[in-house]
Amino acid sequence: MTETDSPLSPPERPDAELMLWMFETMVLIRRFEERAAEEYMKGNIGGFLHLAIGEEAAVVGSIAALRPTDPITSTYREHGQALARGSEPGAVMAELFGRSTGVCGGLGGSMHLMDAERHFYGGYGIVGGSIPLAVGLGFAVSYREEDGVAMAMFGDGAVNQGVLAESMNMAALWELPVVFFVLNNHYGMGTAIDRASAETDLFKRAEAFGMPAEQLDGMNVMAVYRGVLEAARRAREEGQPSMIEARAYRYRGHSMSDPDTTRAGEEKERWQARDPLVTFERVLLGEGTLTAESAEAIRRRVEERIEEAARFASQSPEVPVEQLARHVYANPWSDDPTGSAVAPR
Amino acid sequence: MTTESAPAPGASAAEEPRPVSYREALTQAMREEMERDPDVFVIGEDVGQYEGAFKVTRGLLREFGERRVVDTPISEAGFVGLAIGAAMAGLRPVVEIMTVNFSIVAMDQIVNNAAKVRYMFGGQVACPVVIRMPGGAGHQLAAQHSHSLEAWYTHVPGLKVVAPATPLDAKGLLKSAIRDDDPVIFLESEGLYAKKGPVGGEDELVPLGRAAARRAGSDCTVVAVGRMVWIALAAAEELAKEGIECEVIDPRSLRPLDMDTPAESVKRTNRAVVVEEGWPECGVGANLAARIYEQCFDWLDAPIGRVSAADVPMPYAKNLERAALPQAADVAVAVRRALGR
Repeated sequence: MTETDSPLSPPERPDAELMLWMFETMVLIRRFEERAAEEYMKGNIGGFLHLAIGEEAAVVGSIAALRPTDPITSTYREHGQALARGSEPGAVMAELFGRSTGVCGGLGGSMHLMDAERHFYGGYGIVGGSIPLAVGLGFAVSYREEDGVAMAMFGDGAVNQGVLAESMNMAALWELPVVFFVLNNHYGMGTAIDRASAETDLFKRAEAFGMPAEQLDGMNVMAVYRGVLEAARRAREEGQPSMIEARAYRYRGHSMSDPDTTRAGEEKERWQARDPLVTFERVLLGEGTLTAESAEAIRRRVEERIEEAARFASQSPEVPVEQLARHVYANPWSDDPTGSAVAPR
Repeated sequence: MTTESAPAPGASAAEEPRPVSYREALTQAMREEMERDPDVFVIGEDVGQYEGAFKVTRGLLREFGERRVVDTPISEAGFVGLAIGAAMAGLRPVVEIMTVNFSIVAMDQIVNNAAKVRYMFGGQVACPVVIRMPGGAGHQLAAQHSHSLEAWYTHVPGLKVVAPATPLDAKGLLKSAIRDDDPVIFLESEGLYAKKGPVGGEDELVPLGRAAARRAGSDCTVVAVGRMVWIALAAAEELAKEGIECEVIDPRSLRPLDMDTPAESVKRTNRAVVVEEGWPECGVGANLAARIYEQCFDWLDAPIGRVSAADVPMPYAKNLERAALPQAADVAVAVRRALGR
């Protein structure tokens, strides 16, 4: 076993095992999202629910190209990131249900998943706001002279937030090991990218910072994997940040409360014709990595996991109200469980 | 500004420590904590080569190098966010924002990230970042450079907020803030940097959430924040000539807020005046007054007096600026009114 075969270092040409893992994880995310939509309609999930159906290749390909110890940050459309990092589907679903067994104990919900043990540093609700945090995680890697890579995952909407420019400038200036991964799904909520960005080739922004950048087919998991792998290598070995633009499409509206009436049906059909799960399955079947039987076995396994996740979530206890103020501070000064600042009279 | 004075003839340096400026007290705190803990680093605009806009980081770059004293671009949201991310990874950043006014640019990072990451992720991470920044008015810097934002930050659960008034507290509180595992907003006062006084040694910390009585008195309790402590003390000296003895309480930290000390005082004096440099509406004075009413209603002999900045953006003209800022005379008027005089 050479060093590059170590499980901590993704191989440049993914072996069959990794390809199958990618396929299964994409199927898992797709089915998880579909089930989450059902549970939302049933009233089991509150708040906002942003689904990543159609974006599975971009999520899985990019995360597969990193080591499991490389820190990542994401947006509020991040169920897939948590699942790809290995969070238990049951714990993710329980978080959506607002239960004590959720990955964040029911305090975060759909938009704020985190699995710090798996170096997934969270989903954030303010567009662009999490990007400098990833630069800080990269800064910490560099400060400690470790060889990790931090990846900031964000959407095309975040590209027009000023903090992205600030973050990219600092990462390039200080040669921090950061990958800026923009998942371009072509819409900032309901506004098409050409109505929001003067230059719709988003990767070109990197040129202003002397930063290498690449535009990839975000519907092709292998293309995303290879692009991020190279960006991570550059970060690790040369201390050079990169920007990767993965072009993809979300099949659903912005969130469950978006009826998605402004996007043309023809456009959706054009993207769905290149569905990342269908095309990757075809590739794997063609190579013989996957057979009709093994594909079916994967689907069955995923189905069982999703079923079990939903059961786990619905049977999990609510968060005890006594814990309302439990995690406000690491060093609290009050043991008042209600978190009230006002002293009892 | 901080020229070192030679020790007085015959004075033993060990017994009689030379007075240290508020500015230098802060520098000492950072230097000592950086020596103690390799995870502590300083980051901000002009903190390295330039040694800080107010020279608070003087000498740190020379001593600790560029890895630990980081000059940033003018990107407040960016570098505050970076520091928060680094803190989530376990480092202990001490951020200097050149003045509190520029922190408004970083408000999303402070309020949505620093204050939230521990809670909304169910306690999986801590965010041990200190964000230092001087605020206040008095130098004719007009509307955009004269803010006192104590109330804004104190409003936010998840943050801790500190406003030292003396060199001793500046040093001791900053050391506590750096060792604290939560985000601490450390509000300095531009007007106090040159103020001198004794400071504690390396291991003398001032705990967060403990108020200090600055002056004893039995007629009226005056609770004053940050630089206003000195305004309140000046007013107390004037009032003493009229036979009115004020007890001046300095909360020192606004979140956590020690209410025991002011409440105990008000229960003795039966009168209270609160003094802040910020605006009156929903200000820290409003909060202090409400808390005193809740705890001391039956002991109060008069309505609580409130002294604050005028409810206007800060004007430039010197006479107007003076009129807009709380002065010792305003505090004296409020105290006399509380006493029915």
